[in-house]
Amino acid sequence: MVRVDGGGNGDSLIRVRNLDKKYQRGSEEIDVLQGLNLDANRGDFVAFMGPSGSGKTTLLNLLGGLDLPTAGSITVAGDEITHMSTGKLAAWRARHVGFIFQMYNLIPVLTAFQNVELPLLLTKLSKQDRRRHVEAALGIVGLSDRLAHYPRQLSGGQEQRVAIARAIVADPTFLLCDEPTGDLDRKSAEEIMDLIDRLVHEHGKTVLMVTHDPRAAERAHAVLHLDKGVLVEGAGGGA
Amino acid sequence: MKFFRLVFAQLLRKKVRTTLTIGSFAVALFLYGLLVTIRGAFVGGVDVAGVDRLTVINKTSLIMPLPFSYRERLMGVPGVSGVTFAAWFGGVYQDEKNFFPQYAVDKDTWFDVYSEYVIQKDQREAFLRDRQACLVGKSLAKRFGFKAGDRLPLRGTIWTGAWEFNVAGIYEGNRPEVDTGGLLFRFDYLEERRQFAKGTVGWYVVKLANPDDAVRITRTIDEGFANSPFETLTQTEKAFATSFAKQMGNIEFLVMVIGSVVFFTLLLVTGNTMAIAVRERTGELAVLKTVGFPDFGVLGLILAESVLLAGQGGLIGLGLAKLFTMGGDPTRGLLGTFYLPWGSLGIGLALTLAVGIVAGLLPAVAAMRLRVVDALRRV
Repeated sequence: MVRVDGGGNGDSLIRVRNLDKKYQRGSEEIDVLQGLNLDANRGDFVAFMGPSGSGKTTLLNLLGGLDLPTAGSITVAGDEITHMSTGKLAAWRARHVGFIFQMYNLIPVLTAFQNVELPLLLTKLSKQDRRRHVEAALGIVGLSDRLAHYPRQLSGGQEQRVAIARAIVADPTFLLCDEPTGDLDRKSAEEIMDLIDRLVHEHGKTVLMVTHDPRAAERAHAVLHLDKGVLVEGAGGGA
Repeated sequence: MKFFRLVFAQLLRKKVRTTLTIGSFAVALFLYGLLVTIRGAFVGGVDVAGVDRLTVINKTSLIMPLPFSYRERLMGVPGVSGVTFAAWFGGVYQDEKNFFPQYAVDKDTWFDVYSEYVIQKDQREAFLRDRQACLVGKSLAKRFGFKAGDRLPLRGTIWTGAWEFNVAGIYEGNRPEVDTGGLLFRFDYLEERRQFAKGTVGWYVVKLANPDDAVRITRTIDEGFANSPFETLTQTEKAFATSFAKQMGNIEFLVMVIGSVVFFTLLLVTGNTMAIAVRERTGELAVLKTVGFPDFGVLGLILAESVLLAGQGGLIGLGLAKLFTMGGDPTRGLLGTFYLPWGSLGIGLALTLAVGIVAGLLPAVAAMRLRVVDALRRV
């Protein structure tokens, strides 16, 4: 059960308390997030919606340990990440977070296989084990026959599938999706949302997703609205 | 090793740029190889100079002679195990452009003192038998096609007239750096035919029983001939070879300056290439950090890429230089030695890798400091 009132119990997978994020622009201080609370459990699928500049991506960056809050705390699976050093955060990200971006962000000089393998290079897995994991991840996203293809040889939808395979290959604790369908046509977007649905329902993944697309948000268990740095519970999704 | 593919793949991103940068390294290192080889040709004598040999010349000038009688006195200096002598001949073979050094040497002692020269026993015997015999260095023989049994005419410039020699054999060096671009003939033949300076030699070479005695023996010799009509200047052979090489200008300095300019230019070229390469894939570096690559890991990847780029070019350039020098002296023997030592290749490779590291350092540090959120915003 997703909560934004700060009243969740200590069992939440993701627990955010009194999160503030301010940016300095010249002499002006901009409050992006203000006293934000969030509790999400394992297997939850949460969509964040809101107008541009409302702080959705900032929240995602903070949850993914890519940025540090001005105040407040974020605890994921018992780990308080807001006071970790950058080195520890990098290791934490590798272990716990799978990122899916709007623009896929694949490395063009690497094949689909090599792109998906990237997070595993940081582990102690043998070459054979890495291969097994990569093939399994690409199998889940339906691209077993595209292992040796370079991003330029794939469609947008296929590129996003490779990006999803890269996000899940190390079996992270949760997935963060930043407008995963934002650069895709309707049909490809539906396919990608079907895939994310499957990851949640068949593979038990926890997904936090930023989107502008109401159709994509419909798939989520909970839709939360960010407005002027404050998180407000919206209408439930289609789960 | 598992990161090698990631590093190598980046080099294939812009093939033309990579090729041109590797080409710059290859050309620069090829040039380095040639410069080192040419330096060796000029000052190689310094490197192969025996530590157990002293050269005794006239204190006034190298071109002033020393009396033949000094030989016995030099033999009498405690710690001296052998003495030989030589004189510069300065003959011309067919045409003045065919320059090569010719020395009149003592047939009985020269090869005892200069053990780095290797000659077949029968050829040495032939040299001892025939007063008009001469020995030709291997590279000189290759230059003009001389072989044992040939008749070799020279036109004397110091001692004028036509001089004829019989080639008794070909001498080689016991290592590649030894100069084999000269001709040795018997001093007694010179003494017999020359019109002036009879009873003198050009210089003496003293062999020491113990190299540690060099300073003492040097002083003993020079003090022994002080205030005589032929005062001596005794030096280690290395010092003598150095001063001799400097007569042709400071080749070492010249090589150093050219080499430094080449490497500095290379540093700028590679630094620029790496800076562009890093700047144009800021987003990808951010993705690497996003999936968990630590800051120092990203630094290492960029440095490895820079070193790999430099290393490939360096190996190609040095390899080509080595092959080129193995093909022989392109001046057909004008340079006494034309050899690129393996040690210099190692130094060249080390310099290449150092340039790779230094050139990659700034972009690598920039990549290391890259803030993921800022970089992703730019994608």
